Order: sequence, then C-alpha cells, then structure tokens
Amino acid sequence: MRPTADLIRLAVPFLALGALLAGVFWLQPRAMSYTGLNLLFNLAVPIALATLAQMFVIAVNDLDLSMGAFVSFAACVTATFLHDTPLLGALILFAAVAGYALLGVIIHLRGLPAIVVTLGMSFVWLGLAVMILPAPGGAAPGWLRALMTVRPPLLPMALAASILIALAAHLIMARSSLGVLIRGVGGNERSVARAGWSVLGAKAAAYALAGLFGVLAGMALVGLTTSADANIALRYTLLSIAGVILGGGEFVGGRVSAVGAVVGALTLTLAGSFLSFLRLSPDWQIGAQGAILILVLALRLGLDALERRGVRA
Amino acid sequence: MTLLRKPWIWAWIAAIVVYAATIAATAGASAAGLAQAAFTFAAFSVIVGLGQMFVITLGPGNVDLSIPATMTLAGTVSLKLMDTADAMALPGLAVALGIGAGVGFANYALIKALRIPPIIATLALSFVVQSAAIWTNRGLRIKPPETLAAFSTGNLWGIPNLAIVASLLTLAAWVLLERSAWGRRVTAIGQSLPAARRAGIAVHGVRLSAYVLCATLAGLCGFLLSCFSGGAALNMGAEYLLISIAVVVIGGSSVAGGNSNVPGIWGAALFLFLVVSMLNTYGFGAGPRMILTGLIIIAVILAASLRGPASRGM
Repeated sequence: MRPTADLIRLAVPFLALGALLAGVFWLQPRAMSYTGLNLLFNLAVPIALATLAQMFVIAVNDLDLSMGAFVSFAACVTATFLHDTPLLGALILFAAVAGYALLGVIIHLRGLPAIVVTLGMSFVWLGLAVMILPAPGGAAPGWLRALMTVRPPLLPMALAASILIALAAHLIMARSSLGVLIRGVGGNERSVARAGWSVLGAKAAAYALAGLFGVLAGMALVGLTTSADANIALRYTLLSIAGVILGGGEFVGGRVSAVGAVVGALTLTLAGSFLSFLRLSPDWQIGAQGAILILVLALRLGLDALERRGVRA
Repeated sequence: MTLLRKPWIWAWIAAIVVYAATIAATAGASAAGLAQAAFTFAAFSVIVGLGQMFVITLGPGNVDLSIPATMTLAGTVSLKLMDTADAMALPGLAVALGIGAGVGFANYALIKALRIPPIIATLALSFVVQSAAIWTNRGLRIKPPETLAAFSTGNLWGIPNLAIVASLLTLAAWVLLERSAWGRRVTAIGQSLPAARRAGIAVHGVRLSAYVLCATLAGLCGFLLSCFSGGAALNMGAEYLLISIAVVVIGGSSVAGGNSNVPGIWGAALFLFLVVSMLNTYGFGAGPRMILTGLIIIAVILAASLRGPASRGM
C-alpha cells in the first residue's frame, strides 16, 4: 500500500521528534528513563493544549493572536477563583469559553479580520489577568495539582496525557461531524453554506473549542507550576502557531491535524532543552526553536517534492 | 463629503476625539506637552508601521513577525559598535540598517526557498535573531553617543526631531506606494498574485524588496529607539509586534492586502498612544487600561466595518 499524502505529512513531525529525542538520549543516556522523560516533557501538556486551541481557529482560516494572553488569564483564574471559590471559578472559565464563541460569531457576522480582533482581545485578557493577579501568586487547587503530578505506570504523565489529549482532539476533528464541518468551512465556506450547513454555527463551535482548550491549557499550567502570573503564558501565542504548522497544518484550507499539532508542540518543548544537553549557551535556546522549525519545514518540502515525483512516475 | 469616504479618516477622527477628551480632563493644562509626547512616541510606531504596511499590502498571509527581534538586534549591535563615540554615529546607523536589510533578505529567502508561509518564516527567523541579540547584549547597557541622544530627544521649533524623521519617511512611503511603479506593483500583487505575474511583474523581486524595506525600517526604528531611551534593552521591540500590525489595520488599510494607505498609519499611531495616556489621565490602573485599549481597538475595527460591505480576509 502506498502511503497517502496526509500520512507522509504526519510522518514529518514524528521524524523530527524522534530525531531530537535520539539526540538527547545520545548526549545524556540517563534521560532515557521514566523520570528523565517526565522532566524533559514536563511543560508539554499546557503547550500541547494551547496548540490544539490554536488549531481549531486555524482550521477555519483564522489566526488567534490572543492565545498566550488567554491562557495566562485562565491560569490566573484557576490559581485564584477556582482555588478559593470553585463554583465561581468554574463559572468564570465557562463564561470565558462562551466569550470565545461570541468572538467567533462577531468575526463571522461582520467579516472582521480575526488577526486584529484577537490582537485587541489579547489586551483585554491580559488586562483581566493583571487585575486578578497584580503580582505573581495564587495556588493550584489540590485536585488539579494531584492530577498533574500523578505517576501512571509505564509512561510518564506528560506523555500519557499528551497521547490522550491528541486522541480526544483527533476524534473531535477527524471523526465527528462537527470536526468535518469546521474543516469544511476552512476548505470552502460557500459550498458548506450551499449544502445547508450553518457556517456561523461552525465558526462559533470552532472558537468555543479553542476557548475550551485554552482554559484547559491554563489549568494544566497552574497544576504544574502551583501558582500563576499575568505574563505566565505570553510565549504560547507564537509557540502554538508554530506547533500547528510544524504538525502539518496549513494556514488556509482547513488542512490541520490534531495528532500532528500535539507532536509539533512536543518537538518545540524538547527543542529548548536539547540545547542545554549540547552544553550550548542558554542564550541560543529560543534560536534553537526557530532553527528546528526551519529544518522541519525544509524536510517537509523535500518529502512533498518526493511525493510529487512519485505521482508523476 | 469626499473626505469622510477616505479610509484613513476614522483613525484621525478617533485620535482627535481622544486628544480632546484627555485635554478636557486636565483643563487644557497639558495640551502642548501631550501633543509633543504623542508625536514622539507615534514616530516609532509609524516607522515600523510603514514597513509592515508594504508587507501586508502584498496579500493574505504576508506579515513580518520579526520586527521586534530585528529592532532589538539592530539597537544592541549598533550601540555596541558606537560605544558612546560621536564619531561612530554614521557607521552605527549603517550597521543598524544593514542588519535590518540582512534580516529582510533572510526572511524572503526562507519564504521563497522553503515555500513556507511568511508568518512562520519570519517567526522562525525572529527566534534566531532574538537569540543573537541576547548573545550580543549579555546584559550590558551601553549608552548612546551624546549627540545622538540629544538629537533623538530634542525638537525643532517645538516639533520633536523623531516626528520630523518619521514624517519624511511617511512622505517617501506615500510617494513610493501611490506614485511609483514599484508601489503599484506591490498593490497589484496584493490584489492578485497570478494576475500580477501574468502582467509581467517580477513578483519575486518586488516581494523581496518589500520584505527588505520592512526589516530595514525596523532596524532604523531599533536604532532610534535605543538612542532615545538611553540604551538597548532585550525586550525593547516586544510591544511593536502588535503595534506595527494594529496601526496598519486601524489606519484603514485592508488586512487582506492590495489596498493600503499611508496617512492612516499616523492617525492610528497617534490614536494608540493617546488612548493609553487618556486612560492614564483618568486614573485607570494597568489592568483596566489594557482592557479598555483592547475594547477600543475592536470598536474602531467594528465601526470601520460598518461603513462598507463586509470584506473577508484573515
């Protein structure tokens, strides 16, 4: 059986992750253990969740520049309200998800540029986060802390959770009618509308899912760090976009992959620590993420070219 | 009223309204000072905004995310080279512009060679450039040469020098966009790349020059900003990522490309600065100030969308 184009596309992020992991193991064999893997991928879960959130927005051909600020906001709510008054905290987080859906509705109805609206919203989320937690602090709810530090047999928590999250998002995106509808809107909005589906509903659902995964990312982050800060996740905006593209996603056309996005997020997480194993200056850590992004995309270009040659032959 | 139909008029009206509201709160005490501060700080936004405008004009997906990193690298390296010596001012400027041009070339090389979307290409490169800036900076804070520091904080008959520089650049950008063949080509590519190619436009050359121009302006802005603020800081470019995009779009240019205007950038840059100082004057804290800034940005976009048919785009 010839591998399909989508399968090849999905293979690239796995190859990149495998190569990085092999590099780390070669440099530091002690990392090849339960504890070692746990430490390597410690912060992967929130990044993977934020990347999936971004994926839902990219699937409908939009881009969310407020993701980092939103995850920070969710983290601040989790560390304060959800810890002190769980009911009120849950209500606020639920309202935030509803707010995201509303954003999708407004963007669609008025044909607004999503980049600019989310740009504006990033100020709003950050402002709210600063008001909730003017200084770093707060505390993680006990159950959340317990959930994030659980030690399942065989696989470390970070990897087990990443697999579960990837599966769940894959089921939503590739196996449910809602997911097909969302990707359809990204592919050809007009034909989805002509077929009698509600484009408005699909966009609202995509944004609501983005809000939901963003909230989960904030909660997971607090579960790991046990406290929050208004600027805690600002890097996630760019990391999440990079993760989606690294995982085989495209900015237009509804072509995204949930599994790829999670693998992309894991790769970016690992890229940072890879350098410290090489004993290179930590100054270059961000640069390494950029370089790996470029390398992986070059690899994909090569595979695409191979694939096209295969079709022609 | 043909003036009201201009796409850039709304940014200017918004800026004037906010200015009036701020002056009213202080009973007119700070009218001149506020205008001076607004024109000084808007100058930085305008310089990066002009570059971003040319890139955004190229069509959907064209955005330069490497502006903050380029600003930081140009600022740090040029200050290090000048080492507070006035005589080195011109070489310092040349290095800042050169770094900008180099980043622009690299950006487009990635876009072209790897066929990756500009957002990702400039993002990935900005990580590398930012790392280079961290590496050269090493926590050192070198002061700018005195003449440059005096120039960037000084003014001519009450008009800030930086505002004059930015105005000259704005004029040049207007001529480039509206009156030159190159500007027409940029706009044509933004409206339809295949059509532009069929019309015989050297698409790659034009796109390359737009990215180089954008990054060079970012380098210049980093140079001026580090002279103005008495040294380069590693996070000095951070806020200009969002600002550079916001001034273009609030200024009435189409975020989907192919339809841009230069005057709106000044209006939007003044507006963004004045909103923050208005909220300061009214005694808002950092949190509410940010929330209101965000809501006002969205309100301006919403108001602008109500005047014409909804336009689609990312």
